[in-house]
Formats: sequence, C-alpha cells, structure tokens
Amino acid sequence: MTVDDATLERIALSRAEYERLVDLLDREPNGLELGMAAALWSEHCGYKHTRPLFRHFPTTGPSVLTEAGAENAGAIDLGDGWCAVFKMESHNHPSAIEPYEGAATGVGGILRDIFAMGMRPVALLDSLRFGPLDEPRNRHLFSGVVAGIGGYGNCVGVPTVGGEVQFDPAYGGNPLVNAMCLGVGRVEHLLSASARGPGNPLVLVGADTGRDGIHGATFASVELDDASEERRPAVQVGNPFMEKLLLEACVELAEQHGDWVEGLQDLGAAGLTSSSVEAAARAGTGIEIDVARVPRREAGMTPDEVMLSESQERMLVIPKREHLDDVLALFRRWELHADVIGEVTDDGYATIREGETLAARIPVNVLTDPPQYELDCERPADLDRRQAVDLAALPDCDDPAAALIALLGSPNIASRRWIYRQYDHEVLTGTVVPPGGDAALIWLKGTERALAVATDCNGRLVELEPRAGAACAVAEAARNVVAVGATPVAVTDCLNFGNPERPTIAYQIEQSILGLADACRAFGTPVVSGNASLYNETPAGAVLPTPTVGMLGLLDDVARRLTPAISEGDEVLLIGAPLAQPAQALAGSEYLASRHDLVAGVPAIDLDREGRVQRLVLDANARGLLSAAHDCADGGLAVALAECCLAGGVGLDASGAVLGDRLDAALFGEAQSRFVVATPDAETRAALETLAAEAGVDAVALGVATGAGEDARLRLGPLDASLAALREAYEGGLPRALGSGA
Amino acid sequence: MRAAVVVFPGSWSDGDCLFALERLGVDAYRVWHRETDLGGADLVVLPGGFSYGDYLRCGAIARFSPVMQAVGTHADAGGLVIGICNGFQILCEAGMLPGVLMRNASLQFRCQPVHLIAAEHGSPFTAGIEPGRVLQVPISHGEGNYFADAATLEALESQRRVAFRYCTADGLVTPEANPNGSVANIAGVLNAEGNVLGMMPHPERAAAPLLGGEDGNVIWQSALARVGVPA
Repeated sequence: MTVDDATLERIALSRAEYERLVDLLDREPNGLELGMAAALWSEHCGYKHTRPLFRHFPTTGPSVLTEAGAENAGAIDLGDGWCAVFKMESHNHPSAIEPYEGAATGVGGILRDIFAMGMRPVALLDSLRFGPLDEPRNRHLFSGVVAGIGGYGNCVGVPTVGGEVQFDPAYGGNPLVNAMCLGVGRVEHLLSASARGPGNPLVLVGADTGRDGIHGATFASVELDDASEERRPAVQVGNPFMEKLLLEACVELAEQHGDWVEGLQDLGAAGLTSSSVEAAARAGTGIEIDVARVPRREAGMTPDEVMLSESQERMLVIPKREHLDDVLALFRRWELHADVIGEVTDDGYATIREGETLAARIPVNVLTDPPQYELDCERPADLDRRQAVDLAALPDCDDPAAALIALLGSPNIASRRWIYRQYDHEVLTGTVVPPGGDAALIWLKGTERALAVATDCNGRLVELEPRAGAACAVAEAARNVVAVGATPVAVTDCLNFGNPERPTIAYQIEQSILGLADACRAFGTPVVSGNASLYNETPAGAVLPTPTVGMLGLLDDVARRLTPAISEGDEVLLIGAPLAQPAQALAGSEYLASRHDLVAGVPAIDLDREGRVQRLVLDANARGLLSAAHDCADGGLAVALAECCLAGGVGLDASGAVLGDRLDAALFGEAQSRFVVATPDAETRAALETLAAEAGVDAVALGVATGAGEDARLRLGPLDASLAALREAYEGGLPRALGSGA
Repeated sequence: MRAAVVVFPGSWSDGDCLFALERLGVDAYRVWHRETDLGGADLVVLPGGFSYGDYLRCGAIARFSPVMQAVGTHADAGGLVIGICNGFQILCEAGMLPGVLMRNASLQFRCQPVHLIAAEHGSPFTAGIEPGRVLQVPISHGEGNYFADAATLEALESQRRVAFRYCTADGLVTPEANPNGSVANIAGVLNAEGNVLGMMPHPERAAAPLLGGEDGNVIWQSALARVGVPA
C-alpha cells in the first residue's frame, strides 16, 4: 500500500513517522493499522513533544500511590485508608467548534478518568480561556461552554465547585477548556486500567458505538483553521444520563466487587483503540477484539470506524473469566448494555478481527512507543524588549477609587457568580467552601478532614518570563489552597501551548515545564497526573502559554477552614511583602494591561520566600489566630481587600496605610507571595506579628473592618470607595460584558 | 420513623437525603425504582436528580417506574410523601400534585440559596415551622418555574396548599425574591389531604452548620413529629 500525502495530512502523521512505522512493522501497514498508529502517535495520546520533558517533574512522595502516567489519574494517600484521585484534561479544539458539546464531553471524559479508578467523583473544576467578550463570537463560545459544563455536570450529579476564567485576545478563536475532577474513596477500592490475565474477556459497557468523533485525537493535534468547521463531525455528543449510570455501576463494582475485575478503563481519545491498547501495554499482554461484536449505533460501519470512534460514555471492563456473568448482571441491573467484544491474549499484539476476517495485527509496543522529539527552542525575539520596558516611567494612578472600580468590573476580575450559579455546586452535600473564594473545600464525609482544590495560571506572566511565570502558576494555586486553610499536597497540570514545531513555542513549553518543576519541588507537591494540549493556534497566532495547574490540598480539621469574608472588628493585615512596591511589581498585571494597554515587565518569584509565607499562614491558622484569608493576586492588594469586604459585607478603614512612591504598584501591583489575612482582635494580631517576625515574613497591619450597612466604605491610603459602588462594579461585571441584565 | 428514599436511574440527591435523615436519627434506606415494596416506610422521599436524563420531559418517564404504584398506594392510605426538585416534577407528572414545572424564566440553571416562607401551617411537613419564620434553603434546577391554571391556583390558595413561597430574607414575597418565575412565588405545594408535598428547594442540603445552615431540618422534624417519633 502506498500512502499519499493527503492521507497522511488527514491523520496528522508525518512522512518520516510513517516510514518509522513501516520500519517497526517491517511491512506497510494496512488502513486500520495506519489509523490506529496515527491515533496513538498523535500529540494528544502520545505526547511526542512533551514526554521527554516530563522527567523534570517531581512525581514521587510519601503519599503518592500511583506512578505519574501509569494510570488514568494520580492517586494520593490521605491516611486512615482514604484516597484521593485527581486529574485535569483539555477539550480545547472541540469547544472551539461546538462549545456546548465540546465542553460537556470534556467534563464527561474527566469524570470517566476518575471512576475508572474505582473512586467516586466528588468535585469538578474548569479552567477556561476566551477572547474578549466584546466580540460576539467569544460571547457565543463563553456562554456555550458554561452551558455545556453545567448541562453535563448538573445532570450527572457531581458538583462543579471552582476553576477560573480569563479573557485575552490571544485566546480568540482558540478558547481553552480544561476540566479537572477529584474523586475519593478507600485505598483498597482503587482499580487499575490493566488488561491482566490472558483469556479474560474484554467487556464494552455503555453507549453504542457510532461514527461520531472519528479522528478526534488527531483533530486535537493540529492547528485550527478555516476548514476546522468541517471537522464538526469529529466533535462528540454527550449523554450525561448514561454517564451517571456508568458512574454508579463502576463505583459499585469497585466498592463491593473489586475482586471480580482485573481492570477498568475509560474510552476517551481514540476510543477503543487507545483504551484496549493502553490497558494491554500496562499489563504487558495483548488484546484481541472482534469488531463484529461491538454494538453499533448505525449499520455499515467499517472496522476502522469502530476502532477509532470516540462515541462517549463507554467503558472497557476486564473481568476475571469466572466472574464474567456476575459483572454482566451488575451492569444490566443499572440498565446498561454490556457485551463481550474480545479477550486478553498473551502474545503482545493488538489483533482486530471482523468475524473471521483479520482486520489488523500490530504489536502493542509499537503503538505505545510514539516517536519522541527534542524541542528546538528559541527565545522569542521581542521578550528582551518587553521585559525592558521602564514601568517607572509610566504616569502613576491619579484616581485610585475609579481605577479600583474599573478593575473590579472588568471581565478578568469581576465576580464569577454569573457562571457558578449555573452550576450545581452543592450536590453530594460536601461543599463547605463554595465557589467565589480562593479554593473550593470539599468535606471528606465520615471524617473531620476536607480537601481543597483550585486551578490557576496567568498566561501573561508565562508569556513574559515562561519559567518564572509557570512557577507563579503553581505558587498561586498553592496560595489558593492555603487561603482556605489546607496544606498543598499534589499537582495535576494541563499544558496548553501553540505549535511545538515553532522554536519560540518550544521555548515556552520547555521553560514552563522547568518552572512548574522548580515550584513543585520547592513546595513538595509532586505532579501526579496531567495532560498536554499543543497546536492551540489559529491563523492569527498562538494562545498565551497556559500551563494550568490544578492543586490538591488537605485540611485535617474542617472546623479550621478559612474564607475571604472579614467581619466587623477584624484586624486586617498584608502578609508576605511590604506595602510599598516598586513600579516593577506591575509586571504582567491586569492594571497594566487594562489601564496602559501594556503587557510588559519581568515577572519574578522567590520560591523560598513563597514557601515561608505559605507555611506562616498555615501555622497561624493552626494556632487559631486567623478569622479570614485571601490570596493577593489578580488586581493586587486593592482588589484583594475589596473582595474581602464584599464577601463579609463590611467596610475597612486602612486610611492610615502608607503606600510609598508608586500608588499604582502598591494598590494594583501583582507581586507574588502575598496574602491578605484577618485576625479576630488586636491580641491575635500581635501574636501573628510575632510569629511572622520569627519566620522572617513581612506582616503589615492595615486597619480594622468597620460596620456593615449602606455607608460601609473601603479606605486604603488615599483610596476611598463605597462598598455599594464596589459591589455594583464587581457583581455586574460579567453580565454587563455579556450585554445582558441576567 | 422509617424513610424510603426512591432511586430512579439518574437520581442524585438520594445520598444527600439519607445523610440529612440519618443525622436526625431516622432509619432511612434506598429503594430501587424497580421495587414494588417500600419496606414499611412511614415517609417516602422522591429525591432530586435528572431521572432518565430529564429526556422527553422532567419526570415524564420516571412516573411509569414500577415503584410509583406503591408510592401512590402509600399516599392514598395517608402515608407521607415528599418530592424534592426532580421528585416534585415526578409527582406533578404522576398527577399526585397539580400543576407543572416549566423552564426557569431566565432560561438558565440556577444553583443558589433562596429564602422560603411557609404559607400553610397545618400539614405534616410544615406544622413544626413557627409562623413567620424564614428558612434559607438552596435551589438547584433548570426547570422549577411552577405554573397552574387559574382554577387550580384558586383551589391551592383557598385550601392553603401552597406549602412554601420564595421570599426575601425579611419574609416579603416579592418578584425580586422569585428565582425562576414561578406563579405567585410558589416553591412547594401540597395535595388536598396534605400528606404529599412537592418542593423545588433542597432541604437535605441545608442539613448541617458545616453546609452553611440547617434550616431544612425543620421540614423533616415536622414529619417526624407527625409520625410520632420525636426528633
């Protein structure tokens, strides 16, 4: 068989990669074999540009139960037999074409990764990026994605508790939709996605297989262009009701009958091909599948279509032979189809038949050994110039109250209530800190513990200085978790970048991974799972480099939880840095971008100091000194204090604060490693100040929270604004940007 | 008290209802929708969720589940039935309560705390609520916009069968306090005998201080008191 360039382009395989495949097989592959190899060698499944860099990540630790990449998600030992699994994954390209279904099936996919391990999903988060909302297309994508996330998660009955959203022109046309899921359960109920035990049957459960989503994995691994609309058939349609049945059945199987099964694996990108081949690779076995036994949604499907379909809501179960009937009965009781489609073999091959006819026979290790590329990196030519911009030469802020109100009302900072009130964030009655704060906190029922989850990444910082910017993403996610009182434990990531074959993008990827690794090592938070999404480009250019970080934190005593809400009489402090800041603190800030239309400066972070600041806050909370805490990040100190006041419904008198030479840098600068905290009275404030001095951490008393009511005000140095005006700006920001009163 | 929490394919607040009931010492257990025996329950709970994915119409398929015959028999005999959220929709589809639940006026799903005032004080579910007390309980639905024709509304009002209305924190029944467009701010209704309650808000989520409040418990406690076991 000779393969023409058009075919190779359609399946996103290079000529050299094709020749490598021929070498490994020692013959030309047939059409199905080529399709299977292209899918598993795609960037989405094979990580051929990123895997060599993953070795930089710290991946082990005393509480890590899984080897990174070995299973569908990372597992963490919480003690006393409890276990948490979590992972984040992208669904960017489908969402760019069909926002509702693209986002919905992203949620479905990440849920399956969690319950495939036998754990019950207890929280979902979504990290989203779009172009500016003044463009109708971006409003369509944003509202469609939010509706899709809600439509799926609400129906399945897993709370959507957090995440983030940012708007920047670089995401226009190529939005980012990263979904994260946290599951919990007992360690002994953890399942593996392995096809162990030759002779054991392969059982396909859930939806019938249709023509939807064929070549989705390769679609996710090329740039978007004008022809992408024609890829709409590569976007799948979700059925959350089916997912709910699968979830309950799989969790019941794991919790009550784990001894019936050898493996459980979800079907995601590249469908039956990747799920069966990866399960065989994990176990060092082979698999044989008869596509004629796969239940179809439509007649006339070819073996290629069956093997590469990405129809949603399907799971592959590998029961022990002697328990096949038990397993089939369990799924039937949940009113699900379950069919034997093949079996585990001992020959190390993926053998596909259609009845008696051999359709493909290819070694498993060829499919799971994609080519790997060293990145050809080049620092972007304009970085030096952008970093060298003299921020001190900019005029200082002359009306701080107006500037604060403008920031609070901007889509990047305004209240996310318009989003999260469309998500059921309370089902399962475990959400003890709901959306709207720094991290969501999920109560581990039956214990006094709680799990904190947050996602973060500021693409502007990463663009300006990839290594430091990526470290900042880890630091901010960790601060978010610390701000609710939890100790950072482990990380999942979702690496969103442009085309890795461009040296300047390759530089962003490499430096970002190094930065993530620096910070994860400094904080003792191993990377236990993750996903890479490359080729996020349109003809207009690449997205901002966005290595999104998902952080898991553990709080031993849920009664010690913190929120940003300050109360009347609270003493409010800035922790981690002096109040006065140099103009350089504005680097990459929202203020600089919105007020001066400038993304410039050098983002920087001192990881040692960051760790000390976080430990101080945790220590102070453990001693009962704190009544509130908030990460000081996007929008700077003024925004952080406004959010504390709005959350508590009180004012703050910090009119005596001495802000230094640069008002804008002190109020709106985004220097790292800072918290706003509150203590209940002057005595606890003094104790906190002593503790901070001992730890070598700055602690600046700002003032006292004043009464609630109509005339509550935020006073910070010369800044003086009514709480009512701040609230109107903050709460109305997103609805205004969407052009609706809703 | 024994409470049967019915599980339809797609139910998701069955676990939350068990959680809330067990905290109050109720012997609560699940009953799969294919069962026809309610296990000697004093109280039957139809929980929230998306039974059958809300396909066709919310509750339209679940009403045909085998268990619904037993639920009807239980209600006819004077037994207590509460339908929450999707359970309310199922009770309306089954004809056990009047009216329908349409899409929210905003055309969006809403998950948020609301304030409720009990508009009727004699039913087994509301008798324990002091007159004028405002309850804070969350809603979580896309189709909770209650509607009934004028004659039905007149009957509901005159027979004091509007169990709960959406109100402000001060107990005022205003358009601004209405989260979904329900006629007359109706959040829950009773059948003529008062032993069947349907409500869109989720009392099982307002079950512990850790969850932001426990105002929902008073509804379960009312039912407990009626069945004769003090909470």
